[in-house]
Amino acid sequence: MTTLSGNLYLKLGNFALNSGYFELPLEGVTVLFGRSGSGKSTLLRAISGLDKHTEGELYFGDVCWQNGRQALPTQKRHIGFVFQDAALFPHMTVRQNLMYAVKRLPKSVQPADFAEIVSRVGIADKLDRGVNFLSGGEKQRVAIARALLTRPDILCMDEPLSALDWRSKAEMLTLIEDIVSAYQIPVLYITHAPAEVERLANQIVFMANGQIERIETLQESLSRIDSPLFDDEGAVSVLQGIPLSVEHGLRPIQMGANTLWLSDLTELKKSSVRVRVLAKDVSLALSDPQQLSIINHLSATVLAILPEQNHRVLVRLELADGQKLFSAITEHSAQRLQLANGMKLFALIKSVALAE
Amino acid sequence: MVTIFGVEVSLQPIWLTLEVAAWTTVILLLIGTPLAWWMARMQSASKIVLEALVALPLVLPPTVLGFYLLIIFNPNGYVTEFLRFFGYEGQLTFSKTGLIVGSVFYSLPFAVQPLMHAFEAVPQKLLDAAATMRANVLDRFFTIVLPLSQRGFLVAATLTFAHTVGEFGVVLMLGGNIPGETRMVSIDIFDHVESLEYDQAHVLSAMMLIFSLLVLMLVYGINRRFGVKVG
Repeated sequence: MTTLSGNLYLKLGNFALNSGYFELPLEGVTVLFGRSGSGKSTLLRAISGLDKHTEGELYFGDVCWQNGRQALPTQKRHIGFVFQDAALFPHMTVRQNLMYAVKRLPKSVQPADFAEIVSRVGIADKLDRGVNFLSGGEKQRVAIARALLTRPDILCMDEPLSALDWRSKAEMLTLIEDIVSAYQIPVLYITHAPAEVERLANQIVFMANGQIERIETLQESLSRIDSPLFDDEGAVSVLQGIPLSVEHGLRPIQMGANTLWLSDLTELKKSSVRVRVLAKDVSLALSDPQQLSIINHLSATVLAILPEQNHRVLVRLELADGQKLFSAITEHSAQRLQLANGMKLFALIKSVALAE
Repeated sequence: MVTIFGVEVSLQPIWLTLEVAAWTTVILLLIGTPLAWWMARMQSASKIVLEALVALPLVLPPTVLGFYLLIIFNPNGYVTEFLRFFGYEGQLTFSKTGLIVGSVFYSLPFAVQPLMHAFEAVPQKLLDAAATMRANVLDRFFTIVLPLSQRGFLVAATLTFAHTVGEFGVVLMLGGNIPGETRMVSIDIFDHVESLEYDQAHVLSAMMLIFSLLVLMLVYGINRRFGVKVG
């Protein structure tokens, strides 16, 4: 597998990016995560060659993109870039924006299937509009189509959802997932929203103060109780499963021997879905209670009991198929149930949602 | 000589004025564009120095500018010697060529400032986006920057042309008053007044007044419709 590796330095006024050595697998979605001002965008611009003051080294596989101050210009890096606010050319129609990318393809590169991309992205009926007459979501779709038409080796997305309302956000997330699986292009994705990370990420690059703090997979990151992905809602688990057809007005999600039941019936075209569970929505029972309104009972094993603040504990569980789940309960409950590592019990999930 | 409202006026100074203004405009757009682009993208503190230098002709009395140019263009001076070396035979003082060169300095801010403002208004991210679509620097300039700063060019060209038409001090100092060579309309009017030929002065002045008014209306019309900053 090719990797993107290097060590980049870029000083911008009072801020300095000093990434430290990194090696990113070019597969699936790699999310750059951090607070605003942590250097995510600067790193992505440095990787793309968009800031000529960048120093350090950068290799895309064996190809050198940056060596000291010498840099391969952006136009030779085969990068697709989707900017926060689309950055469409205002003096051109949608079609002209798209053709700008197509016309500049090198002869050695096979053009992409224009009609297929345009219809997948959902802008086939808007090709002859001026870009100033598009909604925020439509603009971002055009920007994605335009980036795909450059036949990129890597697709960079700088907070592509931040300017959109929640409905467009949900649609765009579905679209981005679809694109990742359909075209198999590695994606570098910037966000500061944990929900987007949980939905899209294969691996996460955590950034703070202009440095890369660590690079880990989504599951690794969600298994830490101090994960930066946990915001004011506390610890979160992401479970992966196979959606089955609707029964009893509920959507079953198969996870090994366990089945999760979702009340969300939206059409699912995917063969695998991610489900987001808040630790505070998971209760524990020593036996499988039958007379209870909660329908999701999963058999689990206690892996660890982690004390938290305010007399609360976080219980790390392993489900039958090996996936991990957090439960947040009080210290008192933990003592009452006499929880211990290796204990078999049932996790009762009050509410689950498809990762948004 | 033509007769307008019963007054005999020589059109030669008018043609000369238009010729000098046209050349100045062409030259200034050619050198003003890269200069304005460079200044618009400049981030270092030295930009202030450059901006001040470019704006200098706005505040300097034209006679001061003309005086220095007269000294620099001295037929025995370094500049002329330098040009001789490349086979230039004429001289820059009291000649049409010298007038055009002087006008280029004199009208510099009127070309560079509107262009610079237009270039500054082109968002960097559009150029970044173009770069990711494999457009090189020149490609980006011609396909993104130029179309988005059209109005800046229109304003720069109009103002440069009009301002050159109206120059007096620099012409007087550098060009003198040679018919067909350096006698521009403004000088011609001055001459007529000096020799108490008020009728000719009236006709020429009225023509200048109307011309200037039309040009300014054109510029403000462009500004109002497209919102270009000037000056």
